[in-house]
Order: sequence, then C-alpha cells, then structure tokens
Amino acid sequence: MAQSRKATLTAYLFLAPAIALLLVFSFWPVGFGSYIAFTQYNLIEAPQWVGLDNFRELFGDELFLISLKNSALYLIVVPAIQVLAILLAVLVNNQLPGIKFFRAAYYLPVVTTVSVVGIIWNFMYNEDGALNAILRWLHMIDDPVGFLTDDRIALFAVMFVTIWRGLGWYMVLYLAGLQAISQDVYEAATLDGANAWQKFWRITVPLLLPTILLCSVMSVLAAVKAFEEVQIMTQGGPFQSTYTALYYAYEFGIKSLNFGRALAASLVMSGVCVVLAWLNFRYLQPKNP
Amino acid sequence: MSEAQTMSATTAPTLQTTVPAGTRLAARLRRVARHLPHYLLLSVLAVLTVYPFWWTLVTALSTTGDVYSFPPPLLPSDPGLENFIEVFRTINLLAFFKNSILISAATVAGTLVICSLAAYPLARMQFPGRKWVFGAIIATMILPAEINFLVNFITVSRLQLADTVTGVVLPNLAGAIGIFLMKQAFEAVPGDLIDAARVDGANEWTIFWKIMLPLAKPALGALAILTMVTAWNQYIWPSVVMTSPDNFPLAVGVKYLSGAFSFKTRVVAAGAVLTILPILIVFLFTQRFFLRGFDGAVK
Repeated sequence: MAQSRKATLTAYLFLAPAIALLLVFSFWPVGFGSYIAFTQYNLIEAPQWVGLDNFRELFGDELFLISLKNSALYLIVVPAIQVLAILLAVLVNNQLPGIKFFRAAYYLPVVTTVSVVGIIWNFMYNEDGALNAILRWLHMIDDPVGFLTDDRIALFAVMFVTIWRGLGWYMVLYLAGLQAISQDVYEAATLDGANAWQKFWRITVPLLLPTILLCSVMSVLAAVKAFEEVQIMTQGGPFQSTYTALYYAYEFGIKSLNFGRALAASLVMSGVCVVLAWLNFRYLQPKNP
Repeated sequence: MSEAQTMSATTAPTLQTTVPAGTRLAARLRRVARHLPHYLLLSVLAVLTVYPFWWTLVTALSTTGDVYSFPPPLLPSDPGLENFIEVFRTINLLAFFKNSILISAATVAGTLVICSLAAYPLARMQFPGRKWVFGAIIATMILPAEINFLVNFITVSRLQLADTVTGVVLPNLAGAIGIFLMKQAFEAVPGDLIDAARVDGANEWTIFWKIMLPLAKPALGALAILTMVTAWNQYIWPSVVMTSPDNFPLAVGVKYLSGAFSFKTRVVAAGAVLTILPILIVFLFTQRFFLRGFDGAVK
C-alpha cells in the first residue's frame, strides 16, 4: 500500500509541471473567461456582474453581426482547401524524380510566419502589384483591382491568403491518408477493369473519408476563428468589410480592454465552433455498409 | 516504405542499380517525359505557392528600377545588398533576432522537458487518475484555444510577466501534441529493458533519465524542430505580450518595419527575407519531419 502510494506520488511529480501549466493557461481561461463574459471588466477594476448585458449589446451591435456574417462567409475556404489539398496530395503521392522539391514548394507557406505572409501578399495585392499586372496583361481588367481596398473584394482576398497559407499543411495530412490506403485494393480494381477516374471516386475518396473528416473539422474551426490574416492585412477594413468574429473579440479585448464584451463574443464563437464540429462528425462520419 | 508501395508498378529501383549510369539517366528522362502533363500541373501549382516568395526576394535584391513593373522581373536588376543594410539601419534587427532566438530556445527547452516528464508516467506507470489526466490533456486540443489568449493576456499581466520572454513562452510549453508524441515514443521502448533496470534497483527517475530519454532521441528531435518553427513563427501572442519594441521577436519586428516604412517597398521586402531566411534553412534541412511526420499518424 505504501509502495503504491509512493508510485502514485512519483507519477504525479512527473506530471506536476504540465498539469500546473495546463490548469493556468488552458483550463482557467475557459472558466474565468466564461465568467468574465457576464461581467464588466477592464483589467483595472474588479469584474462587475452585469448578467446578459454583454450578450444583448453584442447582438445589438451591427459590427458584431457583420463579423458573424463574415465568419460564416469565411467557410467558403473549407471546401476549396479540401479539393485543392486532395489534388495536391494525389499529385505528389508518387516517386517521380523531383517530387520532393514540389512537396517542399507547396509546404513553404506553412513554415512562413504570418506577418511575412501578410507583407508578401500586400505586395501581390498592391494596385501596381504583380496580380493586377498579370490580370491587365491577360486583358481581364482595365483598371487595377483594389484587392485589399475595395470593400466588396477584400474579404475574398484575405480568404485566398488563408487558403494559400494552409494548403500545404492539409496536403501533408491527405498524403498520409493516401499512403495508408493499401495498394491491393487498387490492383484488384485494375484487374476488374476500373479506370483512373473510377478508382479515384470509388476507392480513394471513400477510403480517404476519415482524413477528409479530420481536415474539414480542422479547417472549419480555423475558418470560423480566422483572425491573423485580418489583423495583419486589413485590420477589419475597408469599411469593416473584413471584420471576423475573433477579430472583433481582439479589438474589444486587447485593444479597448472591454473584456466583458470581448469574452462574450468569444463565448458565442466557442458555441458556434462546438456546433460546427458536431455537425461535421454527424454528417461526414464514414458509414459502415 | 509506404512511399515504395505507391510507386507505379513499372519502376523497380533494385533493377536500376544494376544498369550502367548512362542508361539509368536515359530511363529517368524517359520517365520524366512520360509524366510531362503531370509535371506541368505540378509546376503551375508550385508557381502559385513559390512565386510570391520569389518576387519578394528579387525585389529585396534589386537596387534600381521600378518596384512594380510589368512583366514583373524574374531576376533582380543591379543586384546588391543595400536594402538589407538599410533594414539594419532602420530597425534594431539584431535585437529582434536575439529575441527570436531567446524565445524559440526557451520554448524548445521547456517543451522538451515538460512534455517528456508528463509523458513518461502516462506511457509507463499505472496510477489512479491516469485516464482522467490523459483525457484532460487531450481535451485541451478541443478547447477553444484561440479564445485563451484574451484571458491569458489578463493572467500574464497579473503575474507581472507582461513584456517578458517568460510571459511569451510559458503558455506554450505543455502542448498536448508534444505530450502525445513523447508518450508514443516511450510506449515503443521494450518493456524488458525497464524490468531489467527495476531488478537492478533503478528508480523511476533513473529509468526516465538513463533509458527512456536516450531511446526517445528521434522523437525529441522531431518535437524540437516542430516546436522551434512554431515558436519562431508565432506572431499574435508575442505581439500581445511584448509592449516595448526592444523586446519584439523578428516576426513582430518586421511588421513594425512594414508599418513605419511602407513606402520603402524594397526595404520591407528585405526585412521579410531576413525574417524567414533562418527558418527556411532549418526547414530545408529537416523537411522530412514536416513532410513525412504524419506517416502512421492517420490510420
């Protein structure tokens, strides 16, 4: 008995630093944050309970509604990423000479810090930048497009950067999924006379479903929480057209020290994330025949 | 080995090694030629991901001509390092660089220590609450982590850690992924080794230090590299914690440069190049950790 108590103590001594950090920086935020959402708190004075006031203000604030709408719109990136990442993964899933170069090239944006990504795309999107130059050269436009200055386009321009930045990451996940599929299945299908198209739709896609589920959950949550690109490239502008819900929370929290409102917004976002993740699992779970 | 499975049936590397080099090259070229459409598609997509980087590099190295011209130059005009020197004159790049190294090194060291310590009992010891602790650690992956930074900002301010390296590093050390990775590595160590050590009277600490850690070196290495790149590249959290520009890491400092000198495109481009260069070198030498790190992870 004494021996096992000592063993337990040893185990928890090993775990202590990790548990302490997780309690302070992962679990405390959820608890304290949920409480702060129902208070008025500016970091200096003690939190004051205000009940549902923050939430009422939130849903009465047109800017928050715009943010929610933009966050919902942001979900367009999810299917785009899946299609492109699967295409990339299929393309690089072979032993052709030089394939490692291409894998590295597609992964490059993933290992680039987001601030540099923002700088680079500010160059690309500039009125005189490469993108406008190419579109003009192709005679697709006459006047330069204000990718980040036109409020009808800015959100989509920011979304494109999200796709560009995340593609390589999802490609690697899909690559792992593809490599887990046994070659026997393909050989059997070949013997049965299946063509490449049939093999892709009848074998690859169904067997890749667990990976598709994982990637779509990850990209849905990432899309709903889109924030860094906005903070770096547009700061919510022009005319609040790129405000996303998390950027709203950041503005009210870190910038204006209105933590009650910010955490109320965060709580709403958490709820949305949970529902979306649940929906994904509900409808994308591979069905056993 | 999984890559070998996916190779097309027509190629057999074991046969190729027995034919003379010239024929081998010809065979290689034939393969490339046969897959030309494939390469074409690969290249178009590679241009999409690489071209923005290339443009930035060319701009940073050019010293004359218009910044934005058409067609966009593929090679720098009058290549020189003046823009890079200008970056050093404009911002305290060396200080940013030092801050980045400090933050990354502390994050890597702390992560390795804390994650492997936590992973050992989870992998190799039986104790009450084991499942609960592991469940709680995994749950942190599902918790709305992006929302944490608001409260963590409050916590870090309260702990008087605002504007310090500790404040930047501390919340990142006990990552669930790191603990999970180390747990798997420890589980792969043969049980006989541990039993033998126990018979010899080794205590848990000795087993951890003398047997587990040395055998888990590959996993430690992989975790170190992944953590390093993440720590080097993180932007939002350090920009929230660090308030005095002297304490900015590169990723935050370069944004500062682009804000203050947005009209000097070439200088900003040079700053961007200098920021990603170190991590790019690390990435190129350790690609397999990133591009094959998930083999077996998805099953």
